[in-house]
Amino acid sequence: MNTQTDNKPIIAVRNLVKKFGSFTANDHLTFDVHKGEIFGFLGANGAGKTTAIRILCGLSAPTSGELTVAGFDVYKNADQIKKNIGYMSQKFSLYDDMTVWENIRFYAGIYRMRRKDIREKTADLLKKLDLEPVRDKLIAGLSVGWKQKLAFSIAIFHSPAIVFLDEPTGGVDPVTRRQFWEMIYEAASNGITVFVTTHYMDEAEYCDRVCIMTEGKIIAMNTPSKLKEEYDTDSMDEVFRKLARNVET
Amino acid sequence: MNRFTGFVKKEFLHIIRDKRTMLILFGIPIVQILLFGYVLTNEIKDANIAILDHSKDETTARITNKLLSSGYFRLQSTIESEQEIEDLLRSGKARLVIIFESNFKKSMIRDGTARMQIIADASDPNTANMLVSYANAIVADFSRGLMVGQALPIKVDQQVRMLYNEELKGVFMFVPGTMALILMLLSAMMTSISIAREKEQGTMEILLVSPLRPVQIVLGKVTPYIGMAFINALVIIALGVLVFGMPVRGSLILLMAESFLFICMALSLGIFISTMANSQQVAMFISVFALLLPTMLLSGFIFPVENMHWILQGISHIIPAKYYIIIVKNIMIKGAGFLFVWKETLVLVGMMALLLLASVKKFKTRLE
Repeated sequence: MNTQTDNKPIIAVRNLVKKFGSFTANDHLTFDVHKGEIFGFLGANGAGKTTAIRILCGLSAPTSGELTVAGFDVYKNADQIKKNIGYMSQKFSLYDDMTVWENIRFYAGIYRMRRKDIREKTADLLKKLDLEPVRDKLIAGLSVGWKQKLAFSIAIFHSPAIVFLDEPTGGVDPVTRRQFWEMIYEAASNGITVFVTTHYMDEAEYCDRVCIMTEGKIIAMNTPSKLKEEYDTDSMDEVFRKLARNVET
Repeated sequence: MNRFTGFVKKEFLHIIRDKRTMLILFGIPIVQILLFGYVLTNEIKDANIAILDHSKDETTARITNKLLSSGYFRLQSTIESEQEIEDLLRSGKARLVIIFESNFKKSMIRDGTARMQIIADASDPNTANMLVSYANAIVADFSRGLMVGQALPIKVDQQVRMLYNEELKGVFMFVPGTMALILMLLSAMMTSISIAREKEQGTMEILLVSPLRPVQIVLGKVTPYIGMAFINALVIIALGVLVFGMPVRGSLILLMAESFLFICMALSLGIFISTMANSQQVAMFISVFALLLPTMLLSGFIFPVENMHWILQGISHIIPAKYYIIIVKNIMIKGAGFLFVWKETLVLVGMMALLLLASVKKFKTRLE
């Protein structure tokens, strides 16, 4: 994996193990994610999705395993990784007591974007999201849907190579969720790799490739259509149910 | 755009936009110092005393006069026998009874020493202690006056001396205590709450994922509070000096430097608390019970440490405010230089280092 080719995975994980005391949250995970892909991490709550995404983002250290993110080693080049990724959690993570513009300016600032770039990009963004009228309003007054869109836009504002989304659609109505996925598609079409965790099985359909986890292990990994074929059904929900049954027996 | 200034700017926005924070930052210090100052000065004025004079000579009359003219005591009654004492104290008519032995002046001239007894109503031990010390100090002052021009030393039995607070103003004791309390409250509580808030909102994760280093995040969070706390220290000193006539006998620069050290120590404490607390409520709870109450009760701010049970005295050694109060009293009231407060300074530096080390360690284990 030393040669710089397009085939080189942007995220490469080999035998990732994460233990909390005697509890194994991630049990020998191995997977690759390719550039521009929308990669879904699926599983019930407590399956180990969030643990894995936190490790990839550098929020938590792995117990063992080899990991490279955006071409950098997780153990040695964590600083380089940080410059090349974006992250959004289910909390949306905006400052309620700051305005839309102040939030954007702050987050762009910590990625050392230039003032002029920030201004231009913000203008484009606000226009695209129809947020111009509320530019100077506090975040606290925005609806959940707007907060979600803004949080995502901020996560990719500094044009990262990869954006990690941890249950980004929690607590949002289906229409807004649909709109949100359109934004994800747009980001992917601009070359940003999207790594997303969710427990909504319908969202799995939107991913290029999904990886299904239970109890810390990967039990299936493929494109949604191949998985549906394999388990002979037409919904991901059913795929998941059949898989879960296999694990239990 | 500079990361750090952007961060500090954001922190200022949080502070300025939160009315409660602003109130705590600027309202409480002023209210508290005025409240403590006035409550205390009023309480100490005109305490009722009774005098039992077995000697009734010129010296006892002069001592009595000096006590009554001090403004702290008012004569409730002159009594003739020991039997009346208990009744007077129990009914609360008098808070102190002062007894002169018979032949007071004679034994003073003959032996160079004369005895008087002070009996206090100790149901309010703090006030009692204060009144006794005041009376002691006044009598000590009197006997010093007698010694002038005398070949032999003349002495009235004394227990407590109040060398450096001759005007005996209680507010002098409260200015250092209030400074400690406010700086502690501001620095430790506000930072721990504001860091906990980032965790609660989930913004801390975003910051940790970003290229900002944890050190930058923490420094960015505490910097505005250093400024605010410093302004407050100045306001409290100014109020102490202008409203209550408190002296600053020592170096103002040393005083500010020590205050800066104490602020940094308190900020470290706030950072340490925030490594334990994941929500604002928990941070608040820990701050109030682990910081605020001990600072008020065990630092010598309200209750003298010497009067405490030995267990509490032991605990008081780990209360940072205790050392700061000693430092401030020494500098402001005694006019002491650094050589007199270096030990306390060292303790504060040590505490700060320990807290920062523990925080870093805790932070690392959390990541693992």
